[in-house]
Amino acid sequence: MPVALWIVLGVAALIALYWISQYNSLVRLRNWIEEAWAQIDVQLKRRYDLIPNLVETVKGYAKHEQETLQKVIEARNRLLAGGRAEQLEANEQLTGALKSLFALQEAYPDLKAHEGFNKLQEQLEGTENKIAAARQLYNRTVMQYNTKLESFPSNIVASVHGFKRAEMLEASADERRAVRVEF
Amino acid sequence: MLLHAQIEANKRKTWVLVTVFLLLFVAVGAAFGVAAGDDPLVGLVVAAVLGVIYVLLVTRTGTQVVMAMNRAREVKSEDKNPFLWNTVEALSIAARLPMPKVYIIDDPSPNAFAAGMTPENAAVAVTTGLLERLNRQEIEGVLAHEVAHIQNYDVRLATTAVALVAVIGILSDLGMRMLWWSGGRRRRQRGREGQGEAILLLVAVVLLILAPLAAVLVQLAISRNREYLADASGAELCRNPGALASALRKIAAVPEPVRAASASCAALYISDPMKRRSWAHLFATHPPVEERIRRLEQMM
Repeated sequence: MPVALWIVLGVAALIALYWISQYNSLVRLRNWIEEAWAQIDVQLKRRYDLIPNLVETVKGYAKHEQETLQKVIEARNRLLAGGRAEQLEANEQLTGALKSLFALQEAYPDLKAHEGFNKLQEQLEGTENKIAAARQLYNRTVMQYNTKLESFPSNIVASVHGFKRAEMLEASADERRAVRVEF
Repeated sequence: MLLHAQIEANKRKTWVLVTVFLLLFVAVGAAFGVAAGDDPLVGLVVAAVLGVIYVLLVTRTGTQVVMAMNRAREVKSEDKNPFLWNTVEALSIAARLPMPKVYIIDDPSPNAFAAGMTPENAAVAVTTGLLERLNRQEIEGVLAHEVAHIQNYDVRLATTAVALVAVIGILSDLGMRMLWWSGGRRRRQRGREGQGEAILLLVAVVLLILAPLAAVLVQLAISRNREYLADASGAELCRNPGALASALRKIAAVPEPVRAASASCAALYISDPMKRRSWAHLFATHPPVEERIRRLEQMM
């Protein structure tokens, strides 16, 4: 009898340990997803702060490009509002508007030679790359998390503790284009 | 093989190689024990103690020391080189790592390496030649390879392997000397004992003679294996295996070595900075560039 009892206790202990480790790794993955979003958020705020400087600089050289500037300002003002999808949508529009704004330097040589302008361009491109990197991390982590949520037997732990599926961030138009070129 | 399959395959291969390496280490320890006094267990203890001391000593070498050995100067702020800085930061975000320190080596030969035993005190260095000769995507690919090394703890693995190779060398040398000096006495004392002992002694001697070379070969195999892995995980980080492939092609096409590079750090570089013509693949720290490019192109 005592032997059987020990076996039962041992198995119960193993299950408990497994349960704890699965619960903890679900929590960790969920936090990692939020951490990845925080990285995106930092860069969005950085862009939000950089744009006014850029607009001021460009105004000094290219007064007649109101339309281009307006598009940049509009997208910038929506950068920190709404849900994640809206924010990234606004960011994508900002990136598009910035492209036409940076293209202006071909028509205005003084602007092209302006050191502050070049620096801002470099910084804004840097933030864009970091957003892309953080989005990649976000989606990769969501994938890991959802896989754990659906695999047996960790799905039991997940459903008992009410873990919800996470949604990936949609690929930007640029990334979708890049994928199409590849195949 | 596709990217993820390559990553998995390389990781499995590392386990096999590390296991072989550790078995070899244990065997040499036992052989040393037999050679020194007929007790394999004593040999194992000596080997373990020596190994731990040596590995601890070597892995304590600071990142700054390694950087100084390769005459690298630190880029301390984003303003000094915004593109380089931002690219390293973006890649470390994608890899979920703290941002490594960034260094530049004044040398016209394009190359790059990573240092640091843990991600917290890691650093990447690139030569000025790399920044001048490669385009932005290619530089990003190279940096992704370096960040992948940091993510995979390759500097620690490589340094540990080199340290254990050294310990195997010491044990082999010491074991042979002790055998030489005690040989005559042993024969007189144990003359009557059986053949088994003699065979055991013979096996130990053969092991002690062959082990140093075998250890180097396995260590170099580990080094090449981790290069393939860093290529694959780097390609995943920058999502552009083609850029890394074309960067490797450009780096390999430059015949001048990196003069600033320290020979003891050569294995850490993305491509051999000494530009040695490896007469035999088995003795190379890096896999052949053509094969690395071929594997990268398979991922696309």
